[in-house]
Amino acid sequence: MSSHYEAPIRRPLIIGDKSYHDITVEVAAPVEGKANKLWWTAFTIALLAFLWGIGSIIYTIGTGIGVWGLNKTVGWAWDITNFVWWVGIGHAGTLISAVLLLFRQKWRMGINRSAEAMTIFSVVQAGLFPVIHMGRVWNAHFVLPIPNQFGTLWTNFNSPLLWDVFAISTYLSVSLVFWWTGLLPDFAMLRDRAVRPFQKKIYSLLSFGWTGRAKDWQRFEEVSLVLAGLATPLVLSVHTIVSFDFATSIIPGWHTTIFPPYFVAGAVFSGFAMVNTLLIIMRKVSNLEAYITKQHIELMNIVIMITGSIVGCAYITELFIAWYSGVEYEQYAFLNRATGPYWWAYLLMMSCNVFSPQFMWSKKLRTSITFSFIISIVVNIGMWFERFVIIVTSLHRDYLPSSWTMFSPTFVDIGIYVGTIGFFFVLFLLYARTFPVIAQAEVKSILKSSGENYKLHRDAGGKNPAPTVTKSAINVKTETVVDSNANKNSLLGTLGVFDKETQTADDLKLISGVGPKLEKTLNTIGIYSFEQVSKMTDTEYDLLDSILDSFKGRAKRDDWAGQAKNLKK
Amino acid sequence: MYTFSSKLKTFSFALMILGLIGVAYGFLSTPSSVEDVKVMLQNSHDSHGEVAANHDVDTHVVEADAHGAEQTESAHSDDTHAEHAFHYLKNKPWSALYVALFFFFMISLGALAFYAIQHAAQAGWSVVLFRVMEGITAYLPVGAILLFVFFVLSSLHMNHLFVWMDPEVVAHDELIQNKAGYLNVPFFLIRAAIYMAGWVWYRQHSRKLTLAQDNATDISNYTKLFKRSAAFLVFFLVTESMMSWDWIMSLDPHWYSTLFGWYVFASMIVSAITTIALVSIYLKGKGYLEFVNNSHLHDLAKFMFGFSIFWTYLWFSQFMLIWYADIPEEVTYFVSRFNEYKIPFLGMLVLNFVFPLLVLMNSDFKRVNWFIVCTGIVILIGHYIDIYVMVMPATVGDQWFIGISEISSVLLVLGIFIYVVFTALSKAPLLAKGNPFIKESEQFHY
Repeated sequence: MSSHYEAPIRRPLIIGDKSYHDITVEVAAPVEGKANKLWWTAFTIALLAFLWGIGSIIYTIGTGIGVWGLNKTVGWAWDITNFVWWVGIGHAGTLISAVLLLFRQKWRMGINRSAEAMTIFSVVQAGLFPVIHMGRVWNAHFVLPIPNQFGTLWTNFNSPLLWDVFAISTYLSVSLVFWWTGLLPDFAMLRDRAVRPFQKKIYSLLSFGWTGRAKDWQRFEEVSLVLAGLATPLVLSVHTIVSFDFATSIIPGWHTTIFPPYFVAGAVFSGFAMVNTLLIIMRKVSNLEAYITKQHIELMNIVIMITGSIVGCAYITELFIAWYSGVEYEQYAFLNRATGPYWWAYLLMMSCNVFSPQFMWSKKLRTSITFSFIISIVVNIGMWFERFVIIVTSLHRDYLPSSWTMFSPTFVDIGIYVGTIGFFFVLFLLYARTFPVIAQAEVKSILKSSGENYKLHRDAGGKNPAPTVTKSAINVKTETVVDSNANKNSLLGTLGVFDKETQTADDLKLISGVGPKLEKTLNTIGIYSFEQVSKMTDTEYDLLDSILDSFKGRAKRDDWAGQAKNLKK
Repeated sequence: MYTFSSKLKTFSFALMILGLIGVAYGFLSTPSSVEDVKVMLQNSHDSHGEVAANHDVDTHVVEADAHGAEQTESAHSDDTHAEHAFHYLKNKPWSALYVALFFFFMISLGALAFYAIQHAAQAGWSVVLFRVMEGITAYLPVGAILLFVFFVLSSLHMNHLFVWMDPEVVAHDELIQNKAGYLNVPFFLIRAAIYMAGWVWYRQHSRKLTLAQDNATDISNYTKLFKRSAAFLVFFLVTESMMSWDWIMSLDPHWYSTLFGWYVFASMIVSAITTIALVSIYLKGKGYLEFVNNSHLHDLAKFMFGFSIFWTYLWFSQFMLIWYADIPEEVTYFVSRFNEYKIPFLGMLVLNFVFPLLVLMNSDFKRVNWFIVCTGIVILIGHYIDIYVMVMPATVGDQWFIGISEISSVLLVLGIFIYVVFTALSKAPLLAKGNPFIKESEQFHY
């Protein structure tokens, strides 16, 4: 990677006086803690929506596609709109982890893990639609070129719908592998911190025995780079292929060459908006404001602004060329969008996608969290309508006026869409409680170049700053001097006095959460053995906390007593 | 501080003189009447045999749809064919000059866009290359004037590249009449003047600001430049698309493609980055850029590689979608290119895609100067052919060949380009030392 020097003009990406350990603790906290009421409420709502969606899907498959609002003219509407919408949202994750990696954007490290999770979960939603919108779902396996009992019966590789199958399945698998590779060091961190055997077991399985040797890291970096290099063309080609579904047709309003890059730009646009929506909430509820800073939000807003402008440019291009082409069908398609029966959808799409990102030119607005949150939702509404407008307005009025019609969705169309939103949030909420939502290993790699404390120290003329380390060392010293003898005595009263003459001291460092420094501190209090530690209950934890200022709550959170009991055996 | 070596100066003058002679020869050797062409065609038919003649007629039916009905009679067809060939041959030296002028202007404009992106993105690696980019963009005002003069000459009917400028053609062509609101001479020239003025203004302004930043005590110039660059990029996004419709797409006034502007952009940016790399390697070879290391070149080579693939992506998107839907009014564009320009049309894919893909994939190769230079030259030739295949089928049709006119036009403009760029490079120190990211860039390694 590039050198550790960073221009002073760059703003810090990690706020506050953080050490490596702080990062670990704060990233692990949501996983190690318990879910609160808010989480359970959100999860229940999402689950209900998901169940409702499952009901709608089962109803569709059991009864037939006729329960949707489609008709003979408009054969694609909410199904494919939702499909393209979800695929589009999924693109930001790969963009953040792959493209921003290639461009060496350090700020991606705070957000890439969640963005990739979002990719996986939204591609899962997208993947539902190509299947459930089939008239005969049970024959879906015929899209795969598998040798079968029909002799030479094979798929036709000329259809973009078949390319979709390959694109989406490749995209999902590569994203999954990319995501999981990045998770290995972080799962290993959770494994090493886990105190309850079950958690330890699970995270040992998930982390594939990651030990973090130099050779492993070197290969890890190389693999990330190669996967980023592969994921970037993949991300472009996947949404390009999705756009081919329309652009290869001869429908006026669909057949246009700008669709491939323009759909990709739109995907990045809506994807970043979704990342913004999710992360603005996450940084608050998971207390990660030091890692997902205002600057991260601002930079995402800038990406939204840029891609929004590109999308706007594409809209104008389409309008201009429609006029320029002199093809009356093409001209009518756009006239119909603006002034036909779906003018409101077109207006909504234009105002949400073209005008709303332009507000981000103002520094005041793009650094406002509330405003960003609102815009991020507005953008996703706009992008849903973009796909709706492209699909429905081009279909409902095309070459033959005798086949002109209208489209309106039924409750089943809506139910399935709501269901996918529910399913997405079910997955995302579960993820937020069980996965390290920030790539701590990566964030640690930029702590010394982009951490606020280090930057401040460097600006003050310090050469090799390590403020946290020196400070905690001082703290330990003062604590041991200041500690109240009364507390010490009552603590030892329940834990039992350790007799150095007759007993041998245990290696307290074996307890996860106890380092050499802390061990020394415990020794000065008079705690030497696992026997003593294993007797600790809430009262003893509190007493210990009153003696040790800087380690408040850690003993209890790490369940020292439980660990010591295991170690004693 | 760079000093323009007298050797290079002489070389650029030699290119200009040689080019000028060749261009003049190209203009003088065009046939003066339809009769000359008939004789010429007869000779070439005799040597090529009957098959070639039939082939020519066939493709003409597809191409010249306005005259389609007339061509059914074969006797008549020979006359109209000769007349077409006459117009085409008259256009040939003009087109050759136009392709060369546009190509070098495009390099300069692409470099300006890349430069603005580097500023707006607060890139930390490329600061040491800013003066090189500024040198390359110094050609922009010169190229703008040359191109604008060319457009004025076209609008005065000195040539027939833009058929919609010819009132006689428009009178018989309803499709062009419908587009007259956009495709008319005054509006065309005004638009061209606006684009050029905007681009040149940003170029001169940014140069002024970076030079001022060199000796400044605060970073106010830098901040200003950052904001101007962002604004320029918005202007560029719109004007670049329109420029491509005006200057290239309107050569085929019946054809349209929404992707076209971005496709031209891809060609532009990859040629520009290649030129930046080539000039940097030249200057480093002469010992003027001691702060540029092979990591900087590695990054440039990565951009060459990435944008080559991006170009191919857009080329394929445009080609495949039109081929797939096969709508007659669109597909003629590729039919004429496929039938009459098969070798350059498909050959440029090898030069612009396959070759850079294979050569620049390896990370070590991207740090080796001669690998970058070789690939760079291939990429530049490939993108020259790309522009050639965009322009020529509309203006010279089947009468194309890369001969004296084409080569000397390139030499002429290349000579001007080298002279202007290296003169500009000698005007200011090659390190933009006031930039707040300069230290990051000097220490950059990857």
